Amino acid sequence: MAVLNLVQAINQGLQQALAEDDRVLVFGEDVAANGGVFRVTEGLHEQFGETRVFDTPLAESGIVGLAIGLSAYGLRPVAEIQFLGFAYSAIEQIYTHAARIRTRSRGRFSCPLVIRTPYGGGVKAPELHEESSEAFFCHMPGIKVVVPSTPSNAKGLLLAAIQDPDPVIYLEPTRLYRLIKEEVAEEPYLTPLGKARIAQAGDQLTIIAWGSMLERSLRAARNYPAEVIDLLTLSPFDRETILASVQKTGRLLIVQEAPKTGGFGAELAATVAEEGIMSLRAPIMRVTGYDVIPPLPLLADYNLPSEERIVNGIEELLRY
Amino acid sequence: MPRETIAQFQIERLEILTPQGEVDAELLPALSDSQFLKLYELLQLTRIADGRALSLQREGRLGTFPSSLGQEASQVGSAFALTAKDWVFPSFRELGVFLSLEYPLSQYYRYWAGDERGMLCPAEMNIFPINIAVGTHLLHAAGVAMGAQYRADPVVAVPYLGDGGTSKGDFHEALNIAGLYRLPLVAICQNNQWAISVSRKSQTATETLAQKVVAFGIKGIQVDGNDVLAVYQATREALDRARNGGGATFIECDTYRMADHTTADDARRYRDSTELESWRDRDPLLRMRRFLEQRGLWDEAEQAALEQTQQQQVDQAVSEAEAMPAPTAEEMFRYTCHELSSRQQEQLKECSDGSP
Repeated sequence: MAVLNLVQAINQGLQQALAEDDRVLVFGEDVAANGGVFRVTEGLHEQFGETRVFDTPLAESGIVGLAIGLSAYGLRPVAEIQFLGFAYSAIEQIYTHAARIRTRSRGRFSCPLVIRTPYGGGVKAPELHEESSEAFFCHMPGIKVVVPSTPSNAKGLLLAAIQDPDPVIYLEPTRLYRLIKEEVAEEPYLTPLGKARIAQAGDQLTIIAWGSMLERSLRAARNYPAEVIDLLTLSPFDRETILASVQKTGRLLIVQEAPKTGGFGAELAATVAEEGIMSLRAPIMRVTGYDVIPPLPLLADYNLPSEERIVNGIEELLRY
Repeated sequence: MPRETIAQFQIERLEILTPQGEVDAELLPALSDSQFLKLYELLQLTRIADGRALSLQREGRLGTFPSSLGQEASQVGSAFALTAKDWVFPSFRELGVFLSLEYPLSQYYRYWAGDERGMLCPAEMNIFPINIAVGTHLLHAAGVAMGAQYRADPVVAVPYLGDGGTSKGDFHEALNIAGLYRLPLVAICQNNQWAISVSRKSQTATETLAQKVVAFGIKGIQVDGNDVLAVYQATREALDRARNGGGATFIECDTYRMADHTTADDARRYRDSTELESWRDRDPLLRMRRFLEQRGLWDEAEQAALEQTQQQQVDQAVSEAEAMPAPTAEEMFRYTCHELSSRQQEQLKECSDGSP
């Protein structure tokens, strides 16, 4: 087993998917000779050639629309949108078509496609390069939303997303790309979609996080009896794991870097309020980004939930 | 030289059949008499089925319906050139395309009665479901064309759009991509002069819609969209070019929406009746009928017989459509994804337990 970072693990997953299945095509802006702006697709163009790994014009709606047609035709496109903030021009294609073609055609056509995109803050990048708008996609029936948090689950979730018969938005936490390294199994393997992972066991408090906030939550919770749930798939999310944990701990802290109002944490909180409130002994708490436009780097640290804010949340909940 | 012309272009227009039914023999497509008759039958069937839909809507038996009146030649002429394996991406006003491809009329009616099952395409054809979001589906055609190119599959992707669709961003992204990768794609644009209440001239400053695609490095041509032979010929040539690696084509069919935008619209609010009247002489059915009569292929008795047969055919489709049992709540859930989430299963149970 080699020690890989997130970029290398995703690269290995793409390489193996391309090698195993000639239906898999990888494309997007700057993914070929340049290997992607974060080098996630490095070497793939050289290995698999222009028909399997190729650059597209600078047209995000076009990239997603192409993927829809390719997948309906029977291929397995893996499209890259360079940053989540640039996917906004493709939202019509995602919501109006990728999410609905199975329904609209009564199952005759479907869209087994993957849209990979870097997302989230903490990398000192220009405007629209640090968005955390995952909740948009979670509000679209027909779309799955996956957020890896470690190199090994990044590879397994990617391969599962590529095999999934439905469209999957695969959000790569940019801040983690080179932050975490771990041993990743060399052979291809699948990490099932729709299943959360207990990243730290505990019995006094449940923390739910995903992506880059999972790493930060684990650091904040390391000296507390907290059970940290790594959500991994946001849509459809793993209710059973969450409810079982809350039943055990009686306290729930949700950590998300997106703005608070209407964020995905609100869905989790509502679910626990509806289905698990009897086991709670404290109010549900959210530590989130603020309801502001994602700031440029000089203000970014105010907005992104810090380890300190998460610790304060833990302490407050444990006082109940 | 500091200033010089470095690019120029020309746009061709094709007309074969005059409103009087006369043809330019040099341009006449290589079709048999039975094929000419078939084209006319499809034009006539489209008009009868379209008229029936309007009646059904008035009786409350169909929902809002967009009529194809006046555009039959653009629809039939283009679809008649396709093979069963080609992929078609309809917009919402393509009854003649569906009929030419032998899509079950009962299903088409069923869709417009508000039943999504009407868009379940039979396995032997590749017709994407009707696209309501104007212009966005050209990208799906580009994706299928790219897939076909990757698999060396000799099919062509054929999206249908209108004049309004050429203003959309996805139109530009799709045809730019089609030009770049030399994709086997033939876009059929029915320029019916009106996007609901906005006229062609208020839509875009371009002289022809066909020239918009010159910038993408693909061929654009304008045809008389009420001339079924010209539409057929242009489509046929474009399909041959696409199948032989010659890349994409955009065909602007110059036609006219003789009806309101839909049954929910009243075009008298914004459209001058003299314009409408001026197009009556260019009726696509009349000129094809005159052509057949001049060739000795058609007469009054045959016309009456055809109309009677087609009325019965349409009656049968209406009966079949109306005999279908109502869709169930389960069908609302079933196709959202290949496997329902636990929450969707609970919702389905809740929904099935209650009354709609």
